[in-house]
Amino acid sequence: MVVAHRSSDLDPIVARYPDRRREHLIPVLQEIQERDGYLSRDAMKAVARALELPVSKVYGVATFYNQFRFEPRGKVHCQVCRGTACHVKGSAQVLDTLERAIGVPAGHTTRDGLYSLEVVACMGACGLAPVVTINDEVHALVSPDGAKRLARVAAKKESHRHDA
Amino acid sequence: MTLEPHAAHGAHHAHVSDRALASFVTEVLADPATHESPALRSLRREHVARPTFFIGAGTCGLGAGARDTRDAVRVFLQKSRLEGDVVEVGCIGLCSAEPILDVQLPGRTRLSFGPVRKDEVEEILDAVMWGTVPTDGRLLGQHDQPGLIPWDGIPRLADHPFFAPQTRWVLESCGLSDPDRLDEYLARGGYRALAKALREHTPEALCDMVLEAGLRGRGGGGFPTGKKWAFARATPGTQKYLICNADEGDPGAFMDRAVIEGDPHRLVEGMAIAAYAIGATKAYIYIRAEYPLAIARLRRALHQAEAAGILGDDVLGSGFPLHIAIKQGAGAFVCGEETALIHSVMGRRGMPRPRPPFPVTSGLFDKPTVINNVETLANLPTLVGRGAAAFAAVGTDGSAGTKVFALSGDVARTGLVEVAMGTSVRDIVFAIGGGVPDGKAFKAAQMGGPSGGCIPAQHLDIQVDYASLQEVGAMMGSGGLVVMDEDTCMVDVARFFMDFIQRESCGKCIPCREGTRRMLEILDRITKSRRDETGSDALKRFRRVMYLERLAEVIKETSLCGLGQSAPNPVLSALRWFRDEYEVHVFERRCPAHVCTELLTYTIDAEACKGCGLCAKECPTGAITGERKKPYKIRADKCIGCGNCLTACRLDAVQAA
Repeated sequence: MVVAHRSSDLDPIVARYPDRRREHLIPVLQEIQERDGYLSRDAMKAVARALELPVSKVYGVATFYNQFRFEPRGKVHCQVCRGTACHVKGSAQVLDTLERAIGVPAGHTTRDGLYSLEVVACMGACGLAPVVTINDEVHALVSPDGAKRLARVAAKKESHRHDA
Repeated sequence: MTLEPHAAHGAHHAHVSDRALASFVTEVLADPATHESPALRSLRREHVARPTFFIGAGTCGLGAGARDTRDAVRVFLQKSRLEGDVVEVGCIGLCSAEPILDVQLPGRTRLSFGPVRKDEVEEILDAVMWGTVPTDGRLLGQHDQPGLIPWDGIPRLADHPFFAPQTRWVLESCGLSDPDRLDEYLARGGYRALAKALREHTPEALCDMVLEAGLRGRGGGGFPTGKKWAFARATPGTQKYLICNADEGDPGAFMDRAVIEGDPHRLVEGMAIAAYAIGATKAYIYIRAEYPLAIARLRRALHQAEAAGILGDDVLGSGFPLHIAIKQGAGAFVCGEETALIHSVMGRRGMPRPRPPFPVTSGLFDKPTVINNVETLANLPTLVGRGAAAFAAVGTDGSAGTKVFALSGDVARTGLVEVAMGTSVRDIVFAIGGGVPDGKAFKAAQMGGPSGGCIPAQHLDIQVDYASLQEVGAMMGSGGLVVMDEDTCMVDVARFFMDFIQRESCGKCIPCREGTRRMLEILDRITKSRRDETGSDALKRFRRVMYLERLAEVIKETSLCGLGQSAPNPVLSALRWFRDEYEVHVFERRCPAHVCTELLTYTIDAEACKGCGLCAKECPTGAITGERKKPYKIRADKCIGCGNCLTACRLDAVQAA
């Protein structure tokens, strides 16, 4: 499913930066991702037009930063912290277990759009390592099996919400 | 006082007019004597009119279930038909005891409990309401509050082993006050240092004062802050910038997050003092997008400060203008480097550039720019408030003041620790942190993250200050301190950091981009099995290992920025202190800590195996065979050493050696 982005879709976001300066590029991209869950090709082209920059520059900036996604986010979005404390406490196994349970490597979304999995460098909750977030809710001291369970429970919740 | 404390609930409550808040600020700051007024004492909660419940609601507290605990407190109040206030405070720093619940009854001192899960709330509160304090492991202690009746036989929180050795300046109010309220910050003496700076000191005098106090950059570099400011002051130009570096990318560090979440106005005050000293009228806070709660609290604090006339065109009526804007980072470790950070603020790829020119002469939009770390700035209210001499009196000769460390890893009490410079690492790990749990032996403390190194057991008595740490190959860094026990493989840790650095390398200069990749490959070969090696591969592996140190030196000497120059540190430091572990990996092809899964041999204990077949199901290569209800077997020639069977087995029948 591709969301078509005419430049008019961007108006409410770009309008907040009337001087169209380069320094607004990252905030604009962040707001689009906040709204759409990811950066589509069309969105990046539209941003380039709006800020009068070559598309290559927009793409260059977007791909430089880990925060930006180029695939839609799954309904259940899992992030695994891979900071030092989490590593020492076994986050590699947590990630490994989740990758196998979900069936896609980190950084991707399942075909059915149910799960997406992401690695983050550090969430700053090192005192309670290892940490994962599921749909932006932080879960502390998780075991590999625990993480799998959390993802499954979240998926069940999603499907209930859909049925209702 | 024109304002009752309950009316002054902060600017986000629509019913308080901005003007009322502004006049409250003016009144409080006009006279130091207001500090002891009943209104401010009540805001500091030196006495409460009705039972008050405080819940630590930082990111770690919330992760541990603080929200459920809070809701359980509300349910308890409803059920027992009690009137009470529930206050969400920042994090007091003892992460391992989260969620922390404090109770203060009228006339009595405040009690701290933790961890308190939602189903334990009723039991604890019920007891406290009836006048008895449950003294099991969940009791942390009572606060020191002169004038209130202390609880008999209850230890002081200040005597708790986690808190007793600390010197809390930056973390002074974290976990005590409501971070969303400007009036509480004021009541605790906030913004008095800024008012004093504006009234009594010239910008030049402030630079001198900070230099004299010996404050050095807390972000890792340790550059004297006063000197940096003086350079920026001396550069001609009408527009100057201040940037607060809150891009805490070092994995394993969370001091900045906790300070901003727990006491955001302290950072705002520090920034205003710094901006006044260097003559900057515009300031940015570059903060990681991974810290949504910190961003939300900071945004609210900035809004309140502007509404109250603390920021804006006329800071506290002094005629000095200052506007602060938030810029969110987008997840790039290299953006902690100042020139990369500047590029990122300007909407470019966060790549560093050669220095000079240094940002203090040509930085953001080519204007003189000072970049200071969160903790450096958060030290300023204390420094200006107490004076340079009092600040310099704490700490060591070359390193004045305190340092906040994020203590985590294999240690009994994890959390945020602020100690005077010169405290020994042993005191931090064993006295404050309570040592390594489960009877395991201490192996190393990693300091400074991917730019730092580890401190082995024989150097535990080293003092934390900028110079001593460098001597053993570690560094202060931003303050991450990860404790590792005997089950940690140092080669694996070095590999972990190399993997991180080579992913985060911006790719601009070759030594860092290519060199870190090669170093990772070498470490990968050491920790992988030799199953796929053919011909002279084994010899090549040896040759590479021999090049490892040389490669590290070249990267250190020739990289463009701090990231590359410090990238080999974790490997070099592990080589220096744990060379024997490398050698066992290289020569004997085994991992003594049983971490590098590919170097282990897996077997199934026929006695313990009940033949459930779980391991065979998880085995990706079909190396495990057997019949149901009979012991399974692993075929060594097919096993790739992934370790899946080890985690799959519920009976501990799979053994790795």
